[in-house]
Amino acid sequence: MAERSFAKEVADLRLGAGQEFRGEGILAITKALLQSGVGYVGGYQGAPISHLMDVLSDAQDVLAELGVHFETSASEAAAGAMLSASVMYPIRGAVTWKSTVGTNVASDALANLASGGVKGGALIIIGEDYGEGSSIMQERSHAFAMKSQIWLLDPRPNLESIVKAVEDGFELSEASNTPVMLEVRIRACHVHGRFIAKDNKPPPFTLAQALENPQRDTGRIVLPPAAFVQEKEKIAQRLPAAIEFIKTRKLNETFDGELADIGIVLQGGLYNGVIRALQQLGLADVWGATRVPLYVMNVTYPLIDSELAAFCSGKSAVLMVEEGQPEFIETALHAILRKAEISTKIYGKDVLPVAGEYTAEALSAGLRAFLAATMPDALPEQIRGRNEPAQPIADEIKALAAVVPPRPPGFCTGCPERPIFAAMKLVEKELGPHHVSADIGCHLFSILPPFNIGATTMGYGLGPASASAFNVKAGKRPIAMIGDGGFWHNGLASGIGNAVFNRHDGVIMVVDNYYSSATGGQDIPSSRADNRSRSTKHPIADAVKGVGASWVRQIDRTYDVAKVRDTLKEALTTNEKGPKIIVASSECMLNKQRRVKPLFNRAVKAGQRMVRERFGVDEDVCSGDHACIRLSGCPSLSVKRTDDPLKDDPVAAVDNSCVGCGNCGEVAEAAVLCPSFYRADIVHNPTTFDRLLARLRGAVIGFLQRHRDRRRIAFS
Amino acid sequence: MNVMTPMRNVDGPEQLDVAEPISVAVLAMGGQGGGVLVDWIVTLAESQGFIAQSTSVPGVAQRTGATIYYVEMIKARADGRCPVLALMPTPGKVDIVIGAELMEAGRAMQRGLVSPERTTLIASSHRSYAVAEKIAPGDGIADDAKVYRAAQVAAKRFLAFDMAALAERTGSAISAVLFGALAGAKALPFPREAYEAAIRKAGVGVDASLRAFAAGYDGAVNPVKPVKAVAGTAEPKLEPIGDAQFDALVARARAEFPVEAHAILAAGLRRVVDFQDIAYGREYLDLVATFLPFQHGTDATLVRAAAKYIALAMAYDDVIRVADLKTRASRFDRVRAEVTAAPDQIVDITEFMHPRMEEVIGTLPAKLGLWFEARPRLLHALDRVVNRGRRVRTTTIRWFLPLYLLAGLRRFRRATLRHKREVAHRDAWLEAARAAAASNPALAKAIIELRRLVKGYSDTHARGLSKFDKALAAAIRLRERGDAPDWVRRLRDAALADEDGKILDGAIATIATL
Repeated sequence: MAERSFAKEVADLRLGAGQEFRGEGILAITKALLQSGVGYVGGYQGAPISHLMDVLSDAQDVLAELGVHFETSASEAAAGAMLSASVMYPIRGAVTWKSTVGTNVASDALANLASGGVKGGALIIIGEDYGEGSSIMQERSHAFAMKSQIWLLDPRPNLESIVKAVEDGFELSEASNTPVMLEVRIRACHVHGRFIAKDNKPPPFTLAQALENPQRDTGRIVLPPAAFVQEKEKIAQRLPAAIEFIKTRKLNETFDGELADIGIVLQGGLYNGVIRALQQLGLADVWGATRVPLYVMNVTYPLIDSELAAFCSGKSAVLMVEEGQPEFIETALHAILRKAEISTKIYGKDVLPVAGEYTAEALSAGLRAFLAATMPDALPEQIRGRNEPAQPIADEIKALAAVVPPRPPGFCTGCPERPIFAAMKLVEKELGPHHVSADIGCHLFSILPPFNIGATTMGYGLGPASASAFNVKAGKRPIAMIGDGGFWHNGLASGIGNAVFNRHDGVIMVVDNYYSSATGGQDIPSSRADNRSRSTKHPIADAVKGVGASWVRQIDRTYDVAKVRDTLKEALTTNEKGPKIIVASSECMLNKQRRVKPLFNRAVKAGQRMVRERFGVDEDVCSGDHACIRLSGCPSLSVKRTDDPLKDDPVAAVDNSCVGCGNCGEVAEAAVLCPSFYRADIVHNPTTFDRLLARLRGAVIGFLQRHRDRRRIAFS
Repeated sequence: MNVMTPMRNVDGPEQLDVAEPISVAVLAMGGQGGGVLVDWIVTLAESQGFIAQSTSVPGVAQRTGATIYYVEMIKARADGRCPVLALMPTPGKVDIVIGAELMEAGRAMQRGLVSPERTTLIASSHRSYAVAEKIAPGDGIADDAKVYRAAQVAAKRFLAFDMAALAERTGSAISAVLFGALAGAKALPFPREAYEAAIRKAGVGVDASLRAFAAGYDGAVNPVKPVKAVAGTAEPKLEPIGDAQFDALVARARAEFPVEAHAILAAGLRRVVDFQDIAYGREYLDLVATFLPFQHGTDATLVRAAAKYIALAMAYDDVIRVADLKTRASRFDRVRAEVTAAPDQIVDITEFMHPRMEEVIGTLPAKLGLWFEARPRLLHALDRVVNRGRRVRTTTIRWFLPLYLLAGLRRFRRATLRHKREVAHRDAWLEAARAAAASNPALAKAIIELRRLVKGYSDTHARGLSKFDKALAAAIRLRERGDAPDWVRRLRDAALADEDGKILDGAIATIATL
């Protein structure tokens, strides 16, 4: 069960022809798939496309009605391979993932798919995780399209255009027997907009029909000599077919403007940003009217040479607006114009940033520089004279640099991963620092303060594999982290199997929180929940033993800091050879709260006896050293200033968002910190026995307290 | 027909429309409901005949990190033509910036989103401290006055009040209060009813949201000057309290000490008398008085520092003190209030204690304690029995009694090993301060203020003590230098900057080269 429920959005998936869809970009794509008669959908969750997977997960009924098969793939490679159903059969299939990381994982399958070609439309929807808000290395998916000859769509970022791109993409794929990638940037995935829906279409040819009438063609299999033929086919048949389709269907758009001597060539996804930048230069308006001609590439690969040549010819200069690097399109544009003997000057990365997201500022500055060089008279007077921001930054604003703290993502309140790293910190204090190979997932937040644990990340599920070189005799063992998500994605083979086979002598810490948490709490094989369409409850410890690991410790409550600490110490010091695998399991608190809170409130309302736990700090016992925070970083454990004139430093304080996970107390105890922490058990709807006992205790304790209070000087 | 596609203006030049969309940027932290707020704004705009577009870049930032949401809206045209709205804010071109926390408002200004020509900046003045602010061994809290100063020059209009408190009071989320403040600021051309209708339409927690909305609206319409919490505001007065013995101490203090030191003396007296007894209060005044001869004119800073830190040194944190604080009736009441327990609910309290043999020995009579200390093997064996985490359920009679009895050991405290050590340590420190005071009162004050480094329990306390000792030794070495007070203050700040004392060691190494 994912973090967010999409019940309302599922209703939107049923909208019929003429009705207006209002919502998020990624959900519009989901609806577009159903309108296009898609036969099957797969993918791997991850920002910014998680919601596509989540909404389909919640839409099993709609999918069943239409006869669409939906699968939560084990990895992007699995999703990519799924598209092979479209190789021999006229079935439309779509897969989705976060890119470029997901495309990296899927590229083996994609290369095979692209070589053999497809019969049914094969669409790969990639959430291009580039620029602000991205959580991965900054690369372009464009290179994958070029190397495998997969066509790449980059539509203008409004829902109508994106939905059209889905429909066009399937047709283009079928017309050219080539898989098609649809690239959607982060902000476009999350953009709220609208489009007029069409009816959903059941797939005209079903997977069942395919199974019952199997077909094969060795010409589609990547094995010599077919592989050589396939490469020629790509160039001789599929590419021309694609170009023809793109041209006749006018997938790329030209917007005329009266300043015909110049022009701008841009990726579709940057259209809104370019229009806004032109508007600020007085050359366009908010309704899209522009004085500078635009050639908008909704298809960024292949390029349509004739369209580009036609757009550029007769112009003295064009600006190529291409986000990211290397600048594949700009380089190609130079070649195209050179071959066509068109002498139009090309501006591009010389006036725009070579690397990084094309923000409003970057586009604005680039366009201004382009126009200043090519057509200064077109710029309004006040802009033409100006190169720098009008006003210098005030000292008061500069002073903010000293006070505005960085606020990176971190472990949530009550996160079960926090005590694991607190325990690692305690081990570090005893045994010294170790080399720690980190992995992808929420647990990667350990690299930040307050824990500062983790040296490298090499990709999802590759934490253990990235420690594999350190399999040598040494005074210390390496520690590798891996989450349950990465474990099932590939870590079982690349990490555990690899370590067992190579007799790796390090420690592998598997962080098992019952979900693929960082991507939004989707279920995975080791999830403990009942899932009506997936098989869950497959313990990681069993899987690990299944591939031959022998030193395996299962910890069922990560909040037991002392136990985690002692287990890790044992793993680092035992004489036993081979990988030492610790599976540390506790439920993701974000998901647990979502699950448990309504139940708790309902039970309290129904009058049942319920106990809520919460932690607190005695402010007069706390001395304001904050050692507890350095082993926690929990959002609910903060500091506060006191009224005590004798206290210089703020004391620790727990706020009401505390979920009573127990980490504070366990850490204070295990690290021998201080006795300030207390846990309050708040009993809702106490029973008669509870009340009697409380009254008895209150009487005795109250008597003693009053006795001592009388002998104490009372200050206010 | 594709109504969403801008028309192609193939018929030559067209008059450009100078209309600009209204832009709103929301800077929030994960869990603050920034997404909900943005959805309301979109619903609101659409209900008023506007076309609105929102977007965000949450990514992993939803896990407590900072997120920016961005909305643009423009009045729809009769011809159905669709606007091209941007997906990210242009610095200096944002009409409304909402900071769901004070430093997020600061971040918006840093990013240049706020401009004096057009931006209304709406911020909640509450602080949610970042990890960097919380982990300092001393006071790492950023100075929020800088944000207020920046807002005065950066924004066209600045509205700030504690919306987190209003959210808590109305039993809702801060997003609803912010939405109310947005309505109250009247920066969007929509009536209040339209806002409320947007909340009703969303249909989740409507009543609480409307209450919070109203509170936010009122806060924006009747702006109160942002009040920020200042530390140490509640200094008690040096006045009689109705206890003859204590009042005698008060009278003595009032007579002997300059009036500038009265407030801190009042706090110090209360602390040490509460810690031990009236005689201890006398001892306290005697110790502070040893600094009176070094006072120059009316400058009481040295005496004030002495009054503060001698009280802290005398009221050290031992097991007797902790047991006493944990068993007080006032503490039971405070816990109930802190966890917001309703009167009909029962609250059980569990303490997390980890006693070690050191604490046991410290509580023994000095001679007996020393006898044990001389036998490390016995000590080690006993430590194995004692040294483990204990969950002390103070609200049960079984656990309350031993704590209560432990607190009662107060009358024997002066004879304990811990007390003897504290006294010796304290006297050496004060001696060093007095030795400096004759020639350099500022250095004496800096030495006294080093006491701030001693805090915490167990290892933390030991670490603080060792930093203190190192810094004190360095201070004594520096005695002859005119700039010694500055150096000693620097040492103290260095010691508070990190846990392990590496920065302090570096500073001491620097001093050695002087």
